[in-house]
Amino acid sequence: MTGPPLLLAVALDGGGHHPAAHATDPFDAGYWARLAAMAERGGIDLVTIEDTFGPPRRRDPVTVRPDAALVAARVAPLTRHVGLMPVITTTHTEPFHVASITATLDHISRGRAGWQPRVSVRPEEAELVGARSAPSGDEAFAEAADVVEVVRRLWDSWEDDAIVQDLATGRYIDRDKVHYVDFEGGTFSVKGPSIVPRPPQGQPVVGVLAHVPEADDLAARGADLVFVTPAPGDAAARVAEIRAAEARVGRIGEPLRVVADLVVFLDATASAAAARRDRLDARLGREWRTDAAVFTGTDTELSELLLAGRDAGLDGWRLRPGEMAPDLAGIAGGVAAALRAAGARPEPAGDGPGAAPDGLRARLGLPRPANRYTGSGR
Amino acid sequence: MSDGRPRKQVILAAHFPGVNNTTVWADPAAGSQIDFASFEHLARVAERGCFDFFFLAEGLRLREQGGHIYDLDVVGRPDTMTVLSALAAVTTHLGLAGTLNATFHEPYELARQLATLDHLSGGRAAWNVVTSSDAFTGANFRRGGYLDHADRYARAEEVIRAAVRMWDSDGGEFEHPGAHVAIRGRFAVPRSPQRHPVILQAGDSDPGRELAAATADAIFSRHSRPEAARAFYADVKGRLPRYGRHPDELKIIPATTFALGDTPEEAAERARQIRRQQVSPQTAILLLEQVWNRDLSAYDPDGPLPEVEPDVTSPSIIQGRARMYSDPIATAADWRQRAEARHLSIRDLVIEVTGRQTFIGTPTQVADAVDDFVQSDAADGVILIPHLTPTGIDDFVDLVVPLLQERGAVRTGYETRTLREHLGLPPTNPAGRDRARSARA
Repeated sequence: MTGPPLLLAVALDGGGHHPAAHATDPFDAGYWARLAAMAERGGIDLVTIEDTFGPPRRRDPVTVRPDAALVAARVAPLTRHVGLMPVITTTHTEPFHVASITATLDHISRGRAGWQPRVSVRPEEAELVGARSAPSGDEAFAEAADVVEVVRRLWDSWEDDAIVQDLATGRYIDRDKVHYVDFEGGTFSVKGPSIVPRPPQGQPVVGVLAHVPEADDLAARGADLVFVTPAPGDAAARVAEIRAAEARVGRIGEPLRVVADLVVFLDATASAAAARRDRLDARLGREWRTDAAVFTGTDTELSELLLAGRDAGLDGWRLRPGEMAPDLAGIAGGVAAALRAAGARPEPAGDGPGAAPDGLRARLGLPRPANRYTGSGR
Repeated sequence: MSDGRPRKQVILAAHFPGVNNTTVWADPAAGSQIDFASFEHLARVAERGCFDFFFLAEGLRLREQGGHIYDLDVVGRPDTMTVLSALAAVTTHLGLAGTLNATFHEPYELARQLATLDHLSGGRAAWNVVTSSDAFTGANFRRGGYLDHADRYARAEEVIRAAVRMWDSDGGEFEHPGAHVAIRGRFAVPRSPQRHPVILQAGDSDPGRELAAATADAIFSRHSRPEAARAFYADVKGRLPRYGRHPDELKIIPATTFALGDTPEEAAERARQIRRQQVSPQTAILLLEQVWNRDLSAYDPDGPLPEVEPDVTSPSIIQGRARMYSDPIATAADWRQRAEARHLSIRDLVIEVTGRQTFIGTPTQVADAVDDFVQSDAADGVILIPHLTPTGIDDFVDLVVPLLQERGAVRTGYETRTLREHLGLPPTNPAGRDRARSARA
């Protein structure tokens, strides 16, 4: 394999991303277990699990959703390698709880947790928490940046060796290694420390979906990974915008991993894949479009398209199965195999030399970060 | 039974060892308090013992004493709902109960998490409603602040009723126009297997008991001594008719501990050893400070009790945990008298006065005692709090449960699917039926 592996993520939502595809029960734990197992067999690096604070949006393919973090936790003991990145919203939730949930998911999954923050700007979401009016997009993104910052501080608020269990002094922890975060933001403050000891990865992976400049800046400031939605042929330009955002906010350390979203309909022939999409459109009663580009074709055609993404500067792809069961099977099967055959992806984890490393950060080539509080005293 | 009633089934629950000195971390057999393997072990053993549910408490701020993070007990724990959802993957019948504070969680989010867990576990979710609210804990939350005692219960009741309204909406529109909880919208979760996850409460004050009588399915009680437990049981069950409820619709399940031995003497010795592990010399001083409300670090834990009186004028030195002694001067006088009479050191005295195992004996003695406790209406079951993570209930399950099964007090296999069914509760909770009644009226 030459160069870093091409990252391969899959976005899970209902019965697929086409609104006419949902014929499954999204509250059936067995359904999620089967999807996670399929992704894991294909050596997929990461599954993301969609969510919003309030009911799904009109454009979403579903009308009801389970809590994404609890879905991730539900499948964590059933998987060993695949990264688990739920959406957890930032506008009406408690940052302290967000930190506890994500740190706990990292403990449960032994270092495979991620978090996709998302803002909530719809008035009907504000009504679900009472008196607060809905924030503007600017306000919501500014607050999301604060939430990401405080969550990262809380993840670090316990040093790795804080639990000492010292029989001589009777102390369970060395309290000089457990730190207040003392965060004062525009809309909230958090004292800390976290209730949860530092997660195995130190810092679980933060991924932001960026459609608007505010989201580019949020990603450049606080994320490890950014999901972008370029039109076909526009990927290089979009990568350049992300790099510009990194420069604008003065990002230091690891560059953002830039991952492009793509809806996929896979079949044995290109015409069969297109026909399947047409059938779903017919069921919907109109031609379906979404924020991401849509691909219809075969495993081979898709893998060629994905490989070409490297030339545009992409680090990888997040594929959104148009119809969950057949398209995830195609991604985890033929597409993943074609990418391995092309030398762009490692063998699935645990399969000897050349195997993908475990732990989500390691899979993305991210080092385990030092703790910001180490050596800071109290 | 002498009075001709059928034998009551003993409800059994396993409490994951918590962050106080009941949990012995300094034992060579003690395992991790954070690795998922520990939670999985306790849950699997509880399920092997046909327990009704697993119980996990919630942490919202690390405890402090004297302005420092309290470092002698276990510190740190995972997020409650996240762990319970993962446990749903490694168990099939065991109920999954977790504490969620009614003040520091948004009702919509809380109701959605519980309904999601109920779906993902096939109807095994339970919510322990706690109402504590102080500025110390609030410093970690947007909501911040403090609610006075009466407002806590008013808010808790509204949060419960709002949650029930959302669960009853079956994925549809709802509105709860209350003084504490004024929310409306669409609840985007279809009806879950239990419809209403089981609601537990721990309140012991008069408003707490009244709230439980009105809205709870079970009470996590602190009364484990038979006489006090029977008085509590009679009091709370006596409140139910006012809400149109049958006494069987609210289960009383006290927190209990145990120590087992092959002979009564061995069990007593084992109990003594555990108590000494739970009260280290350093812990003895800090527990004494909680009554005296002052720095006692200069005192020898193996020496006599302090001559100095408790400080009742300064603010409490403990943060993040309820004050347990209402009259420190009287408590101190009582403790001094006991220590002097029997020549007890500070540590000996603290071991004696801060708790003793509820059930001590051979497996047969403990099975008898647990069964008598329930059949004599001191309780409907017990929540066992083991002193050791994660193997603390292994012996109880292997040695005591079979004896309880022999006498027909505990199931030999799960015959029901949901936690509500395991507990013999009606299919929905009273707050929902209460609402239905008033809607018909």
